[in-house]
Amino acid sequence: MASIKIPTPLRAFTGNQATVTVSGGTVGEALSDLVATYPELRPHLFAEDKLRTFVNVFLGEEDVRFLDGLDTPIAADANLRIIPSIAGG
Amino acid sequence: MEALINHLESLSKEEIKRYSRHVIMPEVGIEGQRRLKAASVLLIGTGGLGSPLALYLAAAGIGRIGLVDYDVVDETNLQRQVIHGQSSVGKPKLDSAAERMRDINPYLQIDKYNVPLTSENALELFAPYAVIIDGTDNFPTRYLVNDACVKLGKPNVYGSIFRFEGQLSVFYAKEGPCYRCMFPEPPPPGLVPSCAEGGVLGILPGTIGTLQATEALKLILGIGEPMIGKMLLYDALEMSFTTIKVRKNPACPVCGVPAEEVQLIDYEQFCGVPAHDRSTFHAETSNGSQPMKTVTVRELKARLDAGEKPLILDVREPHEWQISALEGTLRIPKGDIQMAKNAVLAGRKLHEETVLAQIPQDAEIIVHCRSGVRSADVIRMLQEVGYQGTHLSNLSGGILAWAREIDPAMATY
Repeated sequence: MASIKIPTPLRAFTGNQATVTVSGGTVGEALSDLVATYPELRPHLFAEDKLRTFVNVFLGEEDVRFLDGLDTPIAADANLRIIPSIAGG
Repeated sequence: MEALINHLESLSKEEIKRYSRHVIMPEVGIEGQRRLKAASVLLIGTGGLGSPLALYLAAAGIGRIGLVDYDVVDETNLQRQVIHGQSSVGKPKLDSAAERMRDINPYLQIDKYNVPLTSENALELFAPYAVIIDGTDNFPTRYLVNDACVKLGKPNVYGSIFRFEGQLSVFYAKEGPCYRCMFPEPPPPGLVPSCAEGGVLGILPGTIGTLQATEALKLILGIGEPMIGKMLLYDALEMSFTTIKVRKNPACPVCGVPAEEVQLIDYEQFCGVPAHDRSTFHAETSNGSQPMKTVTVRELKARLDAGEKPLILDVREPHEWQISALEGTLRIPKGDIQMAKNAVLAGRKLHEETVLAQIPQDAEIIVHCRSGVRSADVIRMLQEVGYQGTHLSNLSGGILAWAREIDPAMATY
């Protein structure tokens, strides 16, 4: 199963889970599985079916926007992470 | 990368002794130390990140350090802003910081700018400095720092923190991506709480601030691998440091155009939130036209004294209610209202909807939180699910204003 690391600001919507395991052969399928499990997360990640512009999803060290976006294929043990915008100082 | 500073300042015998642990390292040497003395760095903010930055940059012998901050030291700062002490409470942060820096190192020029950073003054403030360090605490100022750095061709040493997480990068459009390549747009107002709302581990800015100071020195000296095109993600609870790649976006609206065409904009409008507490910016409500109604603590007190009983909704967290609370309030944390709103908008009938059932649609409601930010978010959320803006008022300044103006005996945080 692939895993998705959830940033602190969004953990309120994943029952405080920091990492969620998901299934799917692409980034988009993995994220769909994530929001199917945690529906309250959906509006924070997607506007209709597109990733919202302030949401950064990384596969390993690469931003999926610079790969094939939601169509990027992922390995069964892929590590995805959502990188939050944070502004504290 | 080449050293950012090529001019060398001379060092006195006393200075050579002071910096001896630097000068005996070949990567720094006398020449590097002379570069540091010739260097100029502008710190935006002398708070959590700014404290370790100012302390270490002063100790390291950066010849000219500018500080931008308009705030005064408050007790709640002292859990993490280690440049300030109990004796500085109530004093301008600039004075408190500069005094400590001069004690650490008398061989410095310290420039104090006691103003909020704005689109009007940023270019002028940044111009004399070789490196800009972003230690601010809000999205509008972060976008402003980025855009001004891109326009002036200066490196922006970026650090940001929230609760137990930190980020570090060097945004230098001449050599790599800028902040907007990574974060083209800010998150919607209210999604990411500030440290004042969400809290922050007091040690965290020490970790990230010292990393920023390290990057600044590397840029000045031209040693090692700068964090250009990379971002370090730090998780204190996992004790993990992860580096990711930040790519330059060829279509970036800021670093993808010629520098002279970059225009500084209204960043509060862009982010939908005020940049600082002296701002006159008021967030528009979700329909974009109707301003949000507000009520002051004095107005509320007068109404309560007159026997009126408006419904007061406290949207803070349960642990905050334990510190202090107004009497007779309806207490529902913002997160619960957000979950309920999302459920309604997604067309689901979930038990969360019962949260909204507690909030009447047809009555006047005064919403309050700690300082007035979360309550404004809640008013926007309630309007999204059909509540009338005319029924909803935000208590200006939240319970902090109540404690300050009405009940000085009340505990604050």
